[in-house]
Amino acid sequence: MEFFQRFAIPHPSPAIYASMVAIALVSIGIVVGLTYFKKWGYLWREWLTTVDHKKIGIMYLLSALLMLFRGGADAIMMRAQLATPEAKLLDAQHYNEIFTTHGVVMILFMAMPFIFAFMNLIVPLQIGARDVAFPRLNALSFWLFFVGAMLFNISFVIGGSPDAGWTSYFPLAGNDFSTSVGTNYYMLAIQISGIGSLMTGINFCTTILKMRAPGMTLMKMPMFTWSAFIANVIVVFAFPVLTVALIMGTADRLFGANFFTTSNGGMDMLWANFFWVWGHPEVYILILPAFGLYSEIISTFSGRNLYGYKSMVWSMILISLLSFLVWTHHFFTMGQGALTNSIFSITTMAIAVPTGVKIFNWLFTMWKGKIRFTTPMLYSVGFIPLFTIGGVTGVMLAMSAADYQYHNTMFLVAHFHNTIIPGVVFAMLAGLTYYWPKFFGFMLNEKIGKTTFWFIAVGFVLAFFPMYITGLDGQARRMYTYSESTGFGPLNMVSFFGGALMAIAFLLIVYNIWYSFKNSPRDIGSDPWDARSLEWATHTPVPEYNFARLPQISSSQAFWDSKKNGHVLFKGEIEDIHMPNNSGVPFVMSCIFFVAGFSFVFALWVPAVIALIGVFVCMTLRSFEQDHGYHIHAKEVKETEAKYGEVLNNEDRSRATSRV
Amino acid sequence: MKIDHAQPLEYSTDQNQLNILGFWIFLGAEIMLFATLFTAYFTLSHRTGSGPTPAEIFEITPVLIETFVLLTSSFTIGLGVHAMRLGRKNAMVTFFGITLLLGLCFLGVEIFEFMTYYHEGATYQTSAFTSALMTTLGTHGAHVTLGFFWGLFIIIQVVKRGLTPQTANKAFIFSLYWHFLDVVWIFIFSFIYLKGMM
Amino acid sequence: MLRKKWTFLASMMALVLILSGCEPLLVLDPKGPQAERQASDIMLSIGIMSFIVIVVMVILAVILFKYRASKLPDDYEPPHIEGNHIVEAICVGIPVLIVAYLSFVSVQSNYIVESAPVGYEEQEPLVVYASSSDWKWHFSYPEEGIETVNYLYVPTDRPLEFKLYSYGPITSFWIPQLGGQKYAMADMVTTLHLAADEPGEMLGRNANFSGKGFAENTFNVTAMSQADFDDWVQEVHETAEPLTESEFQELLEPGHLGQMTFTGTHLEFSPAPEHNHDSETTDTEADHSEHSSHDESHTNEETDHSGH
Repeated sequence: MEFFQRFAIPHPSPAIYASMVAIALVSIGIVVGLTYFKKWGYLWREWLTTVDHKKIGIMYLLSALLMLFRGGADAIMMRAQLATPEAKLLDAQHYNEIFTTHGVVMILFMAMPFIFAFMNLIVPLQIGARDVAFPRLNALSFWLFFVGAMLFNISFVIGGSPDAGWTSYFPLAGNDFSTSVGTNYYMLAIQISGIGSLMTGINFCTTILKMRAPGMTLMKMPMFTWSAFIANVIVVFAFPVLTVALIMGTADRLFGANFFTTSNGGMDMLWANFFWVWGHPEVYILILPAFGLYSEIISTFSGRNLYGYKSMVWSMILISLLSFLVWTHHFFTMGQGALTNSIFSITTMAIAVPTGVKIFNWLFTMWKGKIRFTTPMLYSVGFIPLFTIGGVTGVMLAMSAADYQYHNTMFLVAHFHNTIIPGVVFAMLAGLTYYWPKFFGFMLNEKIGKTTFWFIAVGFVLAFFPMYITGLDGQARRMYTYSESTGFGPLNMVSFFGGALMAIAFLLIVYNIWYSFKNSPRDIGSDPWDARSLEWATHTPVPEYNFARLPQISSSQAFWDSKKNGHVLFKGEIEDIHMPNNSGVPFVMSCIFFVAGFSFVFALWVPAVIALIGVFVCMTLRSFEQDHGYHIHAKEVKETEAKYGEVLNNEDRSRATSRV
Repeated sequence: MKIDHAQPLEYSTDQNQLNILGFWIFLGAEIMLFATLFTAYFTLSHRTGSGPTPAEIFEITPVLIETFVLLTSSFTIGLGVHAMRLGRKNAMVTFFGITLLLGLCFLGVEIFEFMTYYHEGATYQTSAFTSALMTTLGTHGAHVTLGFFWGLFIIIQVVKRGLTPQTANKAFIFSLYWHFLDVVWIFIFSFIYLKGMM
Repeated sequence: MLRKKWTFLASMMALVLILSGCEPLLVLDPKGPQAERQASDIMLSIGIMSFIVIVVMVILAVILFKYRASKLPDDYEPPHIEGNHIVEAICVGIPVLIVAYLSFVSVQSNYIVESAPVGYEEQEPLVVYASSSDWKWHFSYPEEGIETVNYLYVPTDRPLEFKLYSYGPITSFWIPQLGGQKYAMADMVTTLHLAADEPGEMLGRNANFSGKGFAENTFNVTAMSQADFDDWVQEVHETAEPLTESEFQELLEPGHLGQMTFTGTHLEFSPAPEHNHDSETTDTEADHSEHSSHDESHTNEETDHSGH
C-alpha cells in the first residue's frame, strides 16, 4: 500500500478526480471502439508503423490540436481565477501547477509539433522529394515527442503536476522547495520529446541539403523550406544545451548532485543561463517557420512573387545567429552589471532590424498585388499589425534599465503572447486552413473560418492588451490572486472575456472541421488556391510517392512558372520508385522510453534499468537489420496516375468554382 | 539501389551520402552537448563546497594512460578505414578489433579512476565541482561504452556480410564517431586535467 | 472590414485607458530619481514605437484598400517584382537608426540605474540588507542596529543602497515607485540603488515566482524625512525586543508573518553571502580574486598537491 501512495495526487481537487474519470472513460471508449470496428490492424499498419512523412505530419497535427485544447483549458482556468479579485476558484498550488503546465504544453507540446507537422507535410513536397532523408528516424522523432507529451500529461493524475513555472528555476525546482514528483515529470518528459526534436532537426537539415529536386539551388527554395531549414539548424545547436541542463536538473533531483543547489557550491543561476541559451533560440525555432508560412500565403493570395526573396533569406540567417546572443535579456535583473546588460540590450534590439525587413517585405509583396481575403490571408493580414505591436514591445523590454520595471510583470506576459499568438498560432491556423485541402481532399468552410478568425483576433486583443496596462500598474505575473485595492480587477475581467472569445474560436475550429467533412465538395482539384510553389504541383490527396516523376526546377516558384510561363515541370518516363518499409520499432522503442521515463520519475530503479536495456536492444536490432525498402513498379505508378487523371479532367471546372 | 562505383564504397549510394552528412550534423549537435558540459564544468570547477579541489584528486598517471590508449585507438581505427578502402577485410576487422580493445582499456582505467575518487571522498554528491566533473567524464565514458557495442556489432556484420556499401558506410560513420570522442578527450585532458593540476 | 477592426482597436485602447485612467499607473508615477529615469525611458520608447506601429498600419491599410481583388479589373495580372535595393536599404536604414538611438539611451540608463541616484552622489547612502525567505522579507539596518519584517522605513532625500539575498528560491525585490527590481539569490548579494524624493506610503513586493505563498509576498514602504526616520530608530531601540538566533531561525520557516520589529540584526550571526562565491560552509577555498592573501597560501598548497 505504501508503494502505491507515491502515485497519489498531493493536492487533489474535484476537478482532478473528474478528469481522472474522464481520462479513464475516454481510454476505455477508444479501446472498445477500435475493437468493435476491428480497426486495430488498420491503426497498426497505416499509422503506428508508418514512415510516410505525410502521415507523420498528420499525426503531429492532431497531437498539436489535442495539446492546444489541454493548454487552452489551463489558460481559461487561469483567466477565470484572475477575473475577479480574491477569487476562490483555484488555490495557490493549483494555480501554480496550471500556469506551469500551460507554458510547457503550449510551447513544447503544441507549438513545436505544430511546426513539425507543417515541416513534415510540406518540406518534402516543396523540394520535390519522395520522403525525408531518414524516414524511420522521422517516425521515431514523432513517437518520442508523443510519449514525452503523454508522460507530461499524466502527471496531472498520477503523482502531481510540476509547479515551478515552465522556466523551472532552481532552487525553487530543487528537492528542497518542490517536494512532489512534478518537476521530475518536467525534466524527463521534456528530455524524451527533446531527443525527438533533435533528431527531427538532423533529419530535415540533411533532407533539405541533399534531396532537392534537380535544378533547385538553395536560392531557389520556396521560403517555407528556407525557414524550416534555418529553424532546424537552430534545433541542432540549441537542443543539446537543453539536454544537458535537463540531465543536470534530473541529477540534482534524483541522484543528489549539486549543480543548482544552494549548498556545496551549487549555482542556481547556471540553470537560468542554460535554460535561456536554449529557450531564446527556441522561440525563433517556432517563429521562423511561421514566417515561412506567412510568406507562402501572402504571396499566393496577393497573386505575386515574394518581394525581396534574398533579403528575406538573409534576415532569417541573421535572426538565427542573433538568437544565440541574447539569452541574458531574460534576466537583466540578476545583477550582472551595466556593461553586460548593455551588450545584451543592444544585441536584442538588433533583432528588430531583420524582423522589420521581413514585415516590410510582406507589405511590398501585397503592393501591386491582387489581394484575395481568404481565411489564411485574413490571419496573415491580422498578423502584420498585431505582431508589429508584439515586436516593438519587445524592443521596449530590451531596454534593460526599463526592463527592471517590466520584468516579471503582466507587461512581459502580454508581450510574449503578443508575439506567439499572432506570430505562431495565427500562422498555424492559417497554414491549417491553407494546406487542409492538400492532405484531406476537401476545403474547410470559409464562412466559419472567417468567423473564427474574428473571434480569435478580437479575443486576443481583449485578452492581452489590458495586461500591458496592469503590468505597468505593478501586477506581477504568476500571482494566483490579488486584492481589490490594487485596482487590477476590471482589466483582468476584460482579459477573461477575451480569453472566453478565444475559447469559442477554438471550438469553432473543431466545428468547422466536422462541418466541412460533412458538407464540402470533394472534387477540388490539386490547386484550389491558385498557388505558386511545388507542393501544389502534385495530386490531391498526395499519392504515397509524392511525385511520379521528379520535377525540374528553374525558379523559386516553379509551379507558377509551369502554369503561366510554359515551364515544363515533369519530363521523361515514369520509372520504378523506391520507397522505405514501414516499421514498428520506432513506436515500440518510444513506448519503452515512456516506461523508462515514468520509472525515473518515481525513482523505480528496477523497471528503469530494464527499460533502458530495452531501448538498447531496439538499437541493436536496428543495427543488425537489413532493410532495403521496396519498389513501386512503373506500371503501378502509371495506373495510380491514370486514376488521378480522371479527376484531373474535372479540375478546370472545379477550379473555377472553388477559387475565392 | 544505385551504386556509384566512382565513389569510395562508403559513399557509393545516395542513402550512404545522406547517412554521412546526417552524421556530421549529429556531430555538430554533439559538439554543442560537450561545449555545454565544459561550460558547466568551468563555471563550477572552483565551487568545491566542503569537498576536495581538482588539484587534490587529479592524478597524472591514470590520465596519461587513458590519453595514450585513446589516441592510439584513434590511430588504429584510421588504419582500419584505410584497410577498408583497400578492400582488405581481414586487416580492417583486425584494426577495428584492436580499436575496441583499446577502448575497453580506456574504460577500465576510467572506472579505476572513479573508484579512486570515491575512496578519496569525492563522490557525485560531494560538491558542484564533483557533480560537474563526473557528469562530463561520465558522458564521455558513456559515449565510449556505447561506441564499444556499436563497433562490435559492425565488426560482426562485416565478418558475416563482407564489405558491402552498407557495412562500409556503417564502419566509416563509426570511425567518425570514434575520432570525435578522441577530440573530446583531448579537450578533457587539456582543460580539465592539466588545468586542474596546475 | 479591416477598418472596422482598427476603429474597434482604437476604441478598446481608449476604454482601457479610461478604466485605468482614474489613477496613474504605478510605474509611471515615480517617487524617486531611478523610477523617474525608467518612466521617462518607457514613455520615450512608447512614443517611438507607437509611431512605428502607426506607420505599418497605415501602409497596410492603404495597400489592402488599393489592391484588394474586388476593386481590381478581372484581367489585372500583378507584376513580377524581385525587389529594389533602394527601398530595401531604407527598410534597413530607418530601423537601424531607431535601434541605434534606443541603444544609446538604453546604455546610458543602464549606468544611471546601476550607480548612486543622480543628485545624490555626494551623500552617504543608507545601507539596508533586504533578504527574503519563504514568503516574507527581512530588512536589516546594520548602522542603526534594527531589523524589521515585511515593512520598510526609509528617509527621503538620501540615497538608499539595498543589499539583496535570499534564504530560499530566487526572489525579486521591487518597489515600482522607487525603481525597478533586482533578484535576491542564495549564494550572492546583489545591490540595488534607489532613493525617495518625497514622503509617502508605497507598495513593495517580491516579483519573482517563489512558490505557494508568492502572491502575498509583499511589504509596505514608508518614506519619511530624515528627522522622522531618526525618531523612529530611537523609538525602536526603546521599545523593540532584540533578535536572537533561534528566533530568527523560526522566522525563516515557510509561511506568512505580519510586520515585526527587532533591535539588532541577523547579520551578526547569519551574515549575508557577500564575497563568497563558493558556499557558506567553506572558507578554505575562498574566491581567488577577492582575497589575495588567501590566494598566496593557496597556491602553495596547490603546488604541493601537483607534486605528488
